[in-house]
Amino acid sequence: MAYFLWRLYKNFEGEILAIPGKTVAFFGILFLFCLYFIPIHPYVLRILTFSAIFAIYAASWDLLYFAGQLNLGHGAFFGVAGYVAAILDLQLHLPSGVAIILGAIGSVICGLILGIPALRMRGPYLAILTLAFPVILTGVVFALPDITGGELGLSGISSLSESDLSVYYICLVVMLLSVLIMLKLADTRSSIVRTGIVFKAMAEDEIAARTSGINTPRYKLLAFAVSAFFAGISGGLYVYVIKVAGPSTFHPLFSIHPVIWTIFGGAASIYGPVAGVFILYPFWGGLFAATPELRMIIFNALIIIIILFMPEGISHWFRDRTERMCPRCKLINSRRRSSCRACSAAL
Amino acid sequence: MDILISGIQLGAIYAILSIGFSLILGSARIIFLTYAVFYMLVGYFWYIVNTLFGMNLILSASLAVVMTVALGIGTYKLCVERIRQHETTVILITLVLAFFFEECVLLGFGSQLRNVPAFIPGYVELLGVKVLNQYSLTLAVSLVLIFLIWLFLWKTKLGIAIRATSQDREVVNLMGINEKRMSMIAVGVGIALAGIAGVMVAPIYLLEPTMWTEPFIMVLAIVILGGLGSIKGSIIGAYILGYAQVALVYLVPMGSFIRSSVALAAMIVVLLIRPEGMFGVLFEEERL
Repeated sequence: MAYFLWRLYKNFEGEILAIPGKTVAFFGILFLFCLYFIPIHPYVLRILTFSAIFAIYAASWDLLYFAGQLNLGHGAFFGVAGYVAAILDLQLHLPSGVAIILGAIGSVICGLILGIPALRMRGPYLAILTLAFPVILTGVVFALPDITGGELGLSGISSLSESDLSVYYICLVVMLLSVLIMLKLADTRSSIVRTGIVFKAMAEDEIAARTSGINTPRYKLLAFAVSAFFAGISGGLYVYVIKVAGPSTFHPLFSIHPVIWTIFGGAASIYGPVAGVFILYPFWGGLFAATPELRMIIFNALIIIIILFMPEGISHWFRDRTERMCPRCKLINSRRRSSCRACSAAL
Repeated sequence: MDILISGIQLGAIYAILSIGFSLILGSARIIFLTYAVFYMLVGYFWYIVNTLFGMNLILSASLAVVMTVALGIGTYKLCVERIRQHETTVILITLVLAFFFEECVLLGFGSQLRNVPAFIPGYVELLGVKVLNQYSLTLAVSLVLIFLIWLFLWKTKLGIAIRATSQDREVVNLMGINEKRMSMIAVGVGIALAGIAGVMVAPIYLLEPTMWTEPFIMVLAIVILGGLGSIKGSIIGAYILGYAQVALVYLVPMGSFIRSSVALAAMIVVLLIRPEGMFGVLFEEERL
């Protein structure tokens, strides 16, 4: 038993403590799970719940960005799933889990529709075309007030759970699972899942990828479907937490938020957006409580300054400062070491 | 008739705005999303100079345009130029800047509506429809501007240099053209166009901090519809979408709610048939 624990600790030390980025991530997640033991203000808890939901949202945007598709209309997925989940809950009284999954499937259909123009367009064309989708959906919402509730939206949705704390834990666990799945899907070194390397190839050079025998249309649609699915999950959770499904999710700003979080956190890395959300969203919440009038100005000014100094995003900036790859065995080492921890080559 | 007049006016405004945007997109190669905000800012500058300092109308309007251009170039130099190689970061920072300016205006003026006096008050009766003189002025100014821009881009050395920059940055550098300065000039000219559009519009609509979002989305749609970097395409796209919007507002009940949606749906249909827009040429693959 003692030996087993010692092995566990050694593994932990070698896998996590040796790499500063992983250490920070591990203790961050540990802290998020420990909130049960810390007396915490309900407002802070709510902010963290939203952070968990938006982390899925931002990570799903990043997955699409990883595959080389710049989507400025991600709110379309989020909102469609929210509306579907809300309608299922209000009309059919389905259990929340089923409603959220069905909402996410609705959002996958939306993603496949959005993916069709993406098959023919690239770069700025695609970005601006996708910007149009939420605006069109707003028109649909206003045109069908009987189903969607028009401008006011749908309210009176049932709750995920009785206590706020368990809602928070549900969101946190769903967030971790989704992010782990997305990390695996975007893992370029995986030998089981091929999507990571294919998406990366597509993002780097689409024509070269097609020449190497990759069915790019199929993988593009797959990227859109997966991304829409996870955005849909977060959209469903969001609707259940705020208990209103309204057209505000189709506002262009709402589609821009994941872009801000992701680029702030570090794009095309999946964990970057999660870090970005968990830094920016609580910060924004704190500003909201401190100075409601000045909050947007301070917030925007800070983002501008930070981007000017770290255009690659905060997680890449942190990694570049703390980690270094061994030139011989490609193992990642802490910057404090002078030789590689596995092959002892000089760094 | 109403449709015709309003459509011409709206199309003219959209045309000026989208020419400026496509100029920036074409030669500076950045998606400058702060652009539409200057259309709103110029109105407020004008309001400050005119109403608060009591300067005469035309002088204050030109002063407002100059101030806007200075601010625009300042932002470009300070915030955009140094991160130009990170494409998505540029998109992000220009957007955040846009919201930053909006919030500043909101803080300074509040969200209530302001109005500025028209250049030429009154209207003429044309075939039984009252046409505000400001509408005719907008149209005239837009035609003159389009002509001037054409003259500038095709007949002057600077204009030719800007067009060359939009075609191939590296070769332009080899030819001894300062590519950075050309981008800056293109940004300046583009913002001046937005400023003039804003000055034209301010007396017709009311000033409010969020007035830039709708034209902003429409301008993006127009530029894409007409083809990136094509000025002819921008003008034609502007009129198509302008008329589509106006016709919807007049003909369909609840039209004003869905006007943007339908105009954008039209854009998507065109793009599905011709992915590079009506008059665009696909940018050749960027050299690595």
